[in-house]
Formats: sequence, C-alpha cells, structure tokens
Amino acid sequence: MTPAGSLLTAEGLRKAYGPTPALDGADFSIHPGEVVAVMGPSGSGKSTLLHCLAGIVTPDAGTVHYDGQLLSAMSDSRRSALRRGEFGFVFQFGQLVPELSCVENVALPLRLTGVGRKEAESRALSWLERLEVADVRAKRPGEVSGGQGQRVAVARALVSGPRVLFADEPTGALDSLNGERVMELLTEAARETRAAVVLVTHEARVAAYSDREVVVRDGKARDMAGAR
Amino acid sequence: MSIGHTLLGLLESGPRHGYDLKRAFDERFGHDRPLHYGQVYSTMSRLLKNGLVEVDGIEHGGGPERKRYAITEAGITDVEQWLGQPEKPEPYLQSVLYTKVVLALMTGRDAADLLDVQRAEHLRLMRELTQRKRAGDLSDQLICDHALFHLEADLRWLELTAARLGQLAKAVTP
Repeated sequence: MTPAGSLLTAEGLRKAYGPTPALDGADFSIHPGEVVAVMGPSGSGKSTLLHCLAGIVTPDAGTVHYDGQLLSAMSDSRRSALRRGEFGFVFQFGQLVPELSCVENVALPLRLTGVGRKEAESRALSWLERLEVADVRAKRPGEVSGGQGQRVAVARALVSGPRVLFADEPTGALDSLNGERVMELLTEAARETRAAVVLVTHEARVAAYSDREVVVRDGKARDMAGAR
Repeated sequence: MSIGHTLLGLLESGPRHGYDLKRAFDERFGHDRPLHYGQVYSTMSRLLKNGLVEVDGIEHGGGPERKRYAITEAGITDVEQWLGQPEKPEPYLQSVLYTKVVLALMTGRDAADLLDVQRAEHLRLMRELTQRKRAGDLSDQLICDHALFHLEADLRWLELTAARLGQLAKAVTP
C-alpha cells in the first residue's frame, strides 16, 4: 500500500544497531520531482532512514516500496542495479575516486551500466558544464577545491538520470557561497529532470531549498507539511 | 530602520523633491514596505526643523508647490555618525519563544511539538526568501541573505533548546 503518486514510500521502519534503536516506526513518502528535507539532531536516525530508503541498509521491520515494488523482495543484484541506474547519491565528502580525473569520475556510473567511453565522457562533460566545473574535467579530485569537488559529485549523481537523488549533508563541508550554489544547481537540475530528492541536512538554509521537511526525532519521522 | 537617516543619505548625491526621495527609497530599500507620502513629508519637516536639510528651491506649478530639499553639513555629519554606529543586536524572538517553551513545560504541554511547529514556520519563511533570492538581483540576494541568516540563528537556538528540553523540564517543574 503506497500513497497515490508516491515514488518512494516507507512504512513502520525499525532498525536497531545493538540495543539502540536508530529508527522506531518511521514513515516517509516522496513524489517525483519533489525535494524533501530530512532534518533532526545528530543521532536522530536521519542517515539510517536515508540508507533504508536507498536499500543500502535492510530494516529490521517495516517496508520500503520503490515505484510500487517492495525493496526487500528484490534480489541483491536488482537492488544494486537500482542503485546504479535509478538512484543517485551525494554525500558530504570522500565520494570521488582519487585516481580518476573529474570527467572520468562523472562518467563512471554510465560506464558501469555498459555505456561506451566516448559517449559516457561526452555526457559527463555536459553535466560538468551544467554544474559550472567543466574547466576541471582533466584534473583529479585531489587537485580541485572542495566546492568544485562537490559539484563534480553532484554531476556524477545526476549523470545517469536518476529518479531519486539521495543527498546526505551535501553542503556540509562547503562555505556559505559554495554551499548555496551547489544547492541551487542540484535542485534546479533535479526539478528539471523530475527526480525526487531526499535531502538529509541539519542546516536550515539548505532545507529551505526543499518543498517540505520531515523531522526525525527518537527514530520517528514527522512530516511537518500538515503542522502549519 | 531609520527612515530619516536613509532619506538624508539619499540626499547626499544631490537635491531632490519629496516625490523623488520616496521613489528612490522604495526602489532601493522599500522591498517589503514602501514609504507613504505622509512619512516622507513628516520626516522632511523634522529634518528641516533640525537643520539637517534645507529647502533648495520651490516650484510653483498648477498644483501644490513642490519643495526641493538639499542636505546640510550638519546632515552629512549626522549620516556619518549613524553609519559609524553599530546596531544593537536584538534577541527579541528568543525571549518570546523561551517564555512559550518554559510555560509549555510548566503546564505539562508538549514543548518539543511547539518547537517543531515553530521550526516549520521559520522554514516556510526561509523557503519564501530563498525563492525570492533565486529570482531576484544582487540587492535582493543580499537583503534576503541577511534575513535568512537571522532566521537560521533563531533555528539554531531552537535546535539547542530542543536538545535541552529534558534538562529544562527538570529545572522549571517542581
């Protein structure tokens, strides 16, 4: 059972690490093209919720449906294919492969799904241009600034046209101006491609780029859209 | 904001009529609250009385006469002092929210819920400002940024208070 028009839905998620419950009956849903901020204090279960939604972590109880299909009923290989092709990920840092150039990094998800090198790098380059970092295409991640690296990471997350973009503190390591630009570019691109964005953040100015927010506290998720 | 000082500052670039002053003010600073003509003329009479402006010329047309104002040396000094003086930080909102949180705890209400609803309201306004900023020019961006950082400061206080509710409940309940 999923809410009408919802692309990704979780119901009654529970997950404990040892004796500590990280999620304790959390619900969540997101529609195509929607940007939802997941907020809450450190240790409230925000990242665990994101990991369960993305099929990275299997919940102890509860269900996650993606496009009408139960995530837990999928084979490991189907879930991996989903993460490569239909889900995109942006984290706070440490996500680019240091040995590859920026354009090779962005092309990587396409290469993993069988796209030829030339085609993959051409599509990667157009995303680097879109994210205003085409000039660093030949550089390695260690040779670019934090802001540039994060834009490269956003380009990589969007290159395969994901239907859901998971962003966990995507601007956490950036200064205000760079963080703002990354959020502008990320949300613009996501809205254009109708990708749903699950945006985990503890920063209100970042959450202000979302359409609505869900607050996670004590392992439960509260949708604040109805609270106003 | 001090309307008097702002109008004085606008006069530094040259004499203007009251109507021109209002237009210049609204264009540059009146994003949310354009000035009323009454405000302009009452402010100008006060500045005139205090010797900070003088009448530079009067036009007699078919309608009411139009005064053109010029800033005086004393006016320039006044603007200089105003610009050089820091604004008093006003923690007004925190004191209201603090009162509400403490009252909620004292009366056994859900203070966390109160803070969640307040966060939602802050974020609603922050979304509006973010939208306005994205659609606007550089001056819109700077003005919205200022408001956004202030709202963010409120929210940081709110998050810290939310984290301290247990401690605070013990302190305020018998």
